[in-house]
Amino acid sequence: MVKTFEPGVEAERMTRYGEIDTGYRAPRWHETTLYEQSRPGTVNQILPSIEPELAAETTGIVDTLPAAARRAVPPALPEVSEPEILRHYIRCSQMTFGYDSGSNVGVGTCTMKYSPRLNEEIARLPKLRDLHPLEPEAALQGVLELMYGLRNWLRELAGMDEVTFQPRGGGHGAYTDALMIRAHHRARNQNHRDEMITCAVSHPCNPAAAAAAGFRVISLYPDPVTGEIGIEALRAAISPRTAGIMVTAPYDTGVFDSKIAEYARLVHDAGGVVSLDQANFNGVMTRMRAGDLGADMVHFNLHKTFSTPHGSYGPGACAVAVKEGFVPFLPVPLLRFDGESYHLDHDLPLSIGKVGTFLGMVPNVVKAYAYVLAMGQDGLRAASEWAVINNNYLIRKLLEVRGLAISYPNRRKLQEARFTLRKLFEDTGVTTTDFNYRLADFGVATYFESHVPRIIDEPVTPEPTEGQSKRDLDRFIAAFHQISAEAYREPEIVKTAPHRCIVRREVHDYRSLTEVPFTWRVWRRMHGDGQPG
Amino acid sequence: MANPAEHRRRLGLIVNPLAGIGGRVGLKGSDGTTIVARALALGAVPSAEQRAAQTLAALCDLADAVVLGTYPAEMGARTARACGFEPALLGSIVSGRTTADDTRRAASDLHRWGAELLLFAGGDGTARDVAAATGMALPVIGIPAGVKIHSSVFAVTPRRAAEVVRGFVAGRSRLEEREVLDVDEDLFRSGVVAPRLFGCLPVPCVHDLVQRAKAGSRSDPSTTRGVALGVLEEMERDPEALYILGPGSTVKAVGDQLGLETTLLGVDLVQGGRLLGRDLSEAQLLEAIDRHRARIVVTAIGGQGHVFGRGNQQLSPRLIRQVGRDNILVIATLDKLHALEGPLRVDTGDPDCDQLLEGYVRVITGPRDQVVWRVVA
Repeated sequence: MVKTFEPGVEAERMTRYGEIDTGYRAPRWHETTLYEQSRPGTVNQILPSIEPELAAETTGIVDTLPAAARRAVPPALPEVSEPEILRHYIRCSQMTFGYDSGSNVGVGTCTMKYSPRLNEEIARLPKLRDLHPLEPEAALQGVLELMYGLRNWLRELAGMDEVTFQPRGGGHGAYTDALMIRAHHRARNQNHRDEMITCAVSHPCNPAAAAAAGFRVISLYPDPVTGEIGIEALRAAISPRTAGIMVTAPYDTGVFDSKIAEYARLVHDAGGVVSLDQANFNGVMTRMRAGDLGADMVHFNLHKTFSTPHGSYGPGACAVAVKEGFVPFLPVPLLRFDGESYHLDHDLPLSIGKVGTFLGMVPNVVKAYAYVLAMGQDGLRAASEWAVINNNYLIRKLLEVRGLAISYPNRRKLQEARFTLRKLFEDTGVTTTDFNYRLADFGVATYFESHVPRIIDEPVTPEPTEGQSKRDLDRFIAAFHQISAEAYREPEIVKTAPHRCIVRREVHDYRSLTEVPFTWRVWRRMHGDGQPG
Repeated sequence: MANPAEHRRRLGLIVNPLAGIGGRVGLKGSDGTTIVARALALGAVPSAEQRAAQTLAALCDLADAVVLGTYPAEMGARTARACGFEPALLGSIVSGRTTADDTRRAASDLHRWGAELLLFAGGDGTARDVAAATGMALPVIGIPAGVKIHSSVFAVTPRRAAEVVRGFVAGRSRLEEREVLDVDEDLFRSGVVAPRLFGCLPVPCVHDLVQRAKAGSRSDPSTTRGVALGVLEEMERDPEALYILGPGSTVKAVGDQLGLETTLLGVDLVQGGRLLGRDLSEAQLLEAIDRHRARIVVTAIGGQGHVFGRGNQQLSPRLIRQVGRDNILVIATLDKLHALEGPLRVDTGDPDCDQLLEGYVRVITGPRDQVVWRVVA
């Protein structure tokens, strides 16, 4: 049973860093890599000697390989026993803080839903698991039926006409949108349209995708009071060169721009295309449809709203839904149903081509299918409502934390909100990053600070989703109270956190991204042979 | 743990003890001994030391890691000691009777002593004195303590100044040229705001690139060079037009990128990659653009975001009207826009012209990168 925290009482107990009870202590093993554990001669399986008949058959078989494919020396694999290997990976997993080891209220804009185990099981059913994407269509009818079923439901939720599951993530979906917008203008001899409008509280993949597709990017900034971009600012961005608008709805700040439909009309009047990013669809699911607001295309992240795992940069899946006029530009293959059977249509002359291999991230499509089927329309609506209710409970309670304020305080927030610790920083010198490191000491997931550009100082962006209990939320809130109290009384505790985690503070003193060591080998080259941290 | 003394970073500190003294008593400035005497007579209490102490207190953990060099008594030593620093003392002053000359001498002495970064608490007048003494030779960060803060060399608050120092010491900063502006206080007192650009100072800008990006930020457009490349793109789109380049380091970068000897403080004229005139007056500009289409390239100058009416009076209402609102290219780094925490401003002295400029404008922030920002009078 998790102990809850009384901030006042807890503050009294703060004496030395070592004596602070956060209710959490990460298991810490001095675990070296398997290579470092290697002892020459250690074997796992003692294999019986090969039978003479087989030996006769296989002698010289290696010599049939081309010389370039043959190893001169055996691979330098670590020599460790099976129990050592098992122990190694168990320990590594124990030292990992993941979604299933503590509550995750904090990671805003990621919609960290619980992934029901049943859906994982379904995706691993042998009949699905053993399919090969190169099997003939006739042998794939079952899985294509599932995909088409989810396509029908998402079409309905989006208010659109067709759906593709080809992109592997939200940014990939935005890029698919940008390519379709480009193809649309090319098909109409409107190549001069090279300006894409976006806004600073959209996901950064919106401007990034537009730029990658060759557009110039015009960014709008939200009004400091309303949090909306506003008609007047949009008019200043629209020109005869406008290719379209790519914005996120609701915004990264949890504010839903009340004028989206009007923006769509203005952009259409100027000859542009409207693309909505609904990677964070959770707060409005079943309550609004992008198509009804005038969007030409919209994308959903199955690994967010539709509960498939985020997978730590593993397989994501994105559904892009479009209006009729954009179907010819969709990536191939496009899934079709003629009333009897399903087939993959590769014959789209105006298509942007392939954006990924084979059918898309099929296991995620299956899990999302299972999720929607289990939830039903009422369930999806309830999930959305609870996500918003949880968030608004969190907002009300967090605003009692000293030094914390919320952006756009007059605006109702949906599934997430962007707070600011500016006051706390000005009072104590504790930054949001310090605060977040300290949060890790409480055995809960740290929060997402902000996308770039950071227009809110010292930002904090939690998103509780519908899957967190009141007890989870209260624990998160109590941790905030305690850390704030620490910041005001003994800021050093917070500035030197974390104290109860496996690793100490990461030091990102890199002057530019080109100096970041992205691999272990590069890190060693930069830092010598010492251990990190 | 303290580093060996020879490896300790050298920071300089100058407190202009009289900065800001005229503000509270309504004198709109503190330049000159007469005004200081009047302010003191009116009961003004000096607060610059207190502002500097807010910065130093936030840096007390660095007391062993850096050496702070400063001038005696109220020009820095007192504040430094109060915040736990053991400062290296330079120079000498007549306590209670410091002048602008002391600031200039202190800046020069600290530069010679080997300061890598100079913290100074003051206002525009102090910044001007520092710029006159050390110019682009010594990186600085201003602790805002003056009445007038038009220059963009100051941190938003004393606490923010501490974070800049921290970033600089950790090597997490990049130097940017920032403008030093000052108004003529006598005119200011009679209601005329006519700030002039007096030069530039190198100011460290701190970026936490890695921490800030969730999945990688956009290719860093926040450099003046990036902004200049964005302007060159516009020039390629419209190569026939005359380009009037306003003052300021951001616009100067456009000239640099074109390989032209444009001025930092003046207004220059460029066409098709050629420099047609340097440091031109309003009359010369009007003559040059007569019956020729022209575009104005301006940046937000100083800490308050003025696009017109601060340091670029040559770009008069008449000139602006003749060029037309649609032919004004406003340019700025994203950092600078964000640091404004508010709209861009115009103050041309002509309310009708200001009204013409109000609303939303596009601002060039980098290659293929623009933002829309609000402009108010």
